Amino acid sequence: MIHFEQVTKRYPGGHEGLSNASFHIAPGELVFLTGHSGAGKSTLLRLIGLLERCTRGQVRVNGRNLGRIGRRDIPYHRREVGMIFQDHRLLHDRTVFDNVAMPLVVAGMRHQEIGRRVRAALDKVGLLNKEKARPITLSGGEQQRVGIARAVVSKPPVVLADEPTGNLDPALSQEIMDLFMQFNRVGVTLLIATHDLDLISRMGQRILTLNRGRLVRDSAAG
Amino acid sequence: MGSARTNRGGSDPSTWALRHLQVALASLGRLCSAPLATLMTTAVIGIALALPTGLHVTLNHVQQLAGGWEGAATFSLFLKQEIGEKQAETLAAKLRRNPRLAKVQVIPPDLALAEFRRLSGFEGALDALDENPLPTVLVIEPEPEYSTPEAAETLMAGFNRQAEVDFTQLDLQWVRRFHAITEIARRGVLVIAALLALAVLLIVGNTIRLEIQNHRSEIEITKLIGGTDAFIRRPFLYNGLWYGLSGGILAWLLVSLALWLLNGPVEHLAGLYHSDFDLSAIGLPTLGALLTASALLGLLGSWIAVSRHLSDIEPD
Ligand SMILES: Nc1ncnc2c1ncn2[C@@H]1O[C@H](COP(=O)(O)OP(=O)(O)O)[C@@H](O)[C@H]1O
Ligand SMILES: [Mg+2]
Repeated sequence: MIHFEQVTKRYPGGHEGLSNASFHIAPGELVFLTGHSGAGKSTLLRLIGLLERCTRGQVRVNGRNLGRIGRRDIPYHRREVGMIFQDHRLLHDRTVFDNVAMPLVVAGMRHQEIGRRVRAALDKVGLLNKEKARPITLSGGEQQRVGIARAVVSKPPVVLADEPTGNLDPALSQEIMDLFMQFNRVGVTLLIATHDLDLISRMGQRILTLNRGRLVRDSAAG
Repeated sequence: MGSARTNRGGSDPSTWALRHLQVALASLGRLCSAPLATLMTTAVIGIALALPTGLHVTLNHVQQLAGGWEGAATFSLFLKQEIGEKQAETLAAKLRRNPRLAKVQVIPPDLALAEFRRLSGFEGALDALDENPLPTVLVIEPEPEYSTPEAAETLMAGFNRQAEVDFTQLDLQWVRRFHAITEIARRGVLVIAALLALAVLLIVGNTIRLEIQNHRSEIEITKLIGGTDAFIRRPFLYNGLWYGLSGGILAWLLVSLALWLLNGPVEHLAGLYHSDFDLSAIGLPTLGALLTASALLGLLGSWIAVSRHLSDIEPD
C-alpha cells in the first residue's frame, strides 16, 4: 500500500528531513513511526499526503507513483489519504457535524448520504451526541476524536496520524489508540507517528524508528 | 493506475448546477450576515459605476435631442425688407431650377411671425408691435452631396450675390460642431468608464484578498482533505459576482434618483423650447448592460485576487 524506495527529502537550505529511506507497508497493516523530535516523522507523513515532494527516490501509495501526480490531481490523491494532526486542525466557526462533513462536501457527495456517513463516523468515535457542538467547547480528547472522524468519514484506504496523542494523558491516549485498532480491523492501512514508546510497545504492532532522517530500525525486519 | 481520477467530478449536470446554486446562495447569505461591511464595498462600487452610467445616459438624451438636426445643411435666406411676396416667389422659382438644391420653401412674414409667437412665448411683446418686423425668408435644403462645408460655402456665396437677399444663415457649422463635441464627450465617458471599471476591479480584488486572508485556515484545511482549487475558488468568485451585481443595482438606483430629481427642471426647460424632450428613466438595454458589466467586473476582480492569492496558501 505504501512503498518508499531510497527516498530523500532535502529542505531548502540543504537540511535533510529524510535520508535514503526504504520500506514497504502492506494493505491493512497498522504501523507506528517513532523517533525523537526532529527525526523526520512528520516529513515522512507529509511526503505520503503530498504536502511535500521528495527530492530523490520514489514514493508509491496505493499503486500510484506520487512523483507522477500533478498539482491539479493532488486533491484526488488526498481524498484517499485521511490525515490526523496533533493540533486537530478543526474549524472553530463550524459545528462538529460540519467539520466531519467537509471531506464529503468537497467530494461532491449528496446531502442525505453526507448526513448518514457523518453520523456513522461520529458514532464510531463516540461523539454522536456532540454533532451540533462547536469544537472549542470540547475537551482535547474529544477534539482529537472529531479530527479522527473527519479523517475516516470518506473511508480512505490509508490513514496517517501525526502524534495524535501528543497532548493527551495516558488514559485518553489509550482510547485513541484503541480507535485506531478498530479501524485497522476493518482493513484500513494506518501509519501513526508518535514518540510515546511506552504506549506502542504494549500494542505489539510493527514499529519503524527514525533517527536524524534515517530509518534505523524496522521491527518487522527484526 | 490513475484511480485518483475515478471519483473526479463524478456528478451529473443537475447535481453540478445544484451545487453551484448552493454555493451562490451560501455566498449571498454570508454577505448579508455582515451587512455593514458588504454595504461599504457595494456603495463604493455603486458610486464608481453610477458616474459613467449617468454620463452615458445624459449623453444619450442629448444626442437623441439633437437627432432631429441631423441630415442636410439648411440655409435661411433673409430677404430685404422691401422685397414683397411676389418677388420672393420669383426668386424661389429661379432657385428651384438649380439642380444642386433639393428644396426651397418660402416663409412669408405672417407665417414667420405666427411661428415665432408659438415658439418663443413672447406673445405679449409681439402684440405690442404695430407692424410685422420680420422679413420674408427662404428656407433652402441643398442636395445631400452639396452639404459638405466647402460646397455649402460656395452655395452661400451664390445666395448672397442675389440682389433680393439681405443675408444668408447656414446651420451646418453648428450641427457639425455639436456632433464633434458629443463625440468627444462620448470618448471622455469611455475613458472615465474604463478608469472606474479598473477601480471596481481593484476594490473587489482587495476585498476578496482580505476575505482570503481571513479564511486562511479554512482554505488550508480544505486543501488537506482534498478540496480542489475550483471548489475553494467558487465561494470567493460568487462573492465577487454578488459585490459587482449589487454595486450595479445601487448605481442604477443612484442614476434613476438623479434623473428623477433632474426631470422636473429639464421638462420645464424643454417646454420653453417647445420640445417634448424628457429625461426618462434608464432604458432596459442600458440597465442590462450596466448589470452585466458590473457582475462581470466583480467576477473578474475576484478572479484576479483568487488566482494571485489562493496558491500562496498551502497546508503544512
Ligand atoms: N519546512 C522545513 N524547512 C526546513 N527544515 C525542516 C522543515 N520541516 C522540517 N524540517 C527539519 O527536518 C527535520 C525533520 O523534521 P520533522 O519531520 O518535523 O521531524 P519530527 O516530526 O520527527 O519531529 C528537522 O530537523 C526539522 O528541523
Ligand atoms: Mg513532527
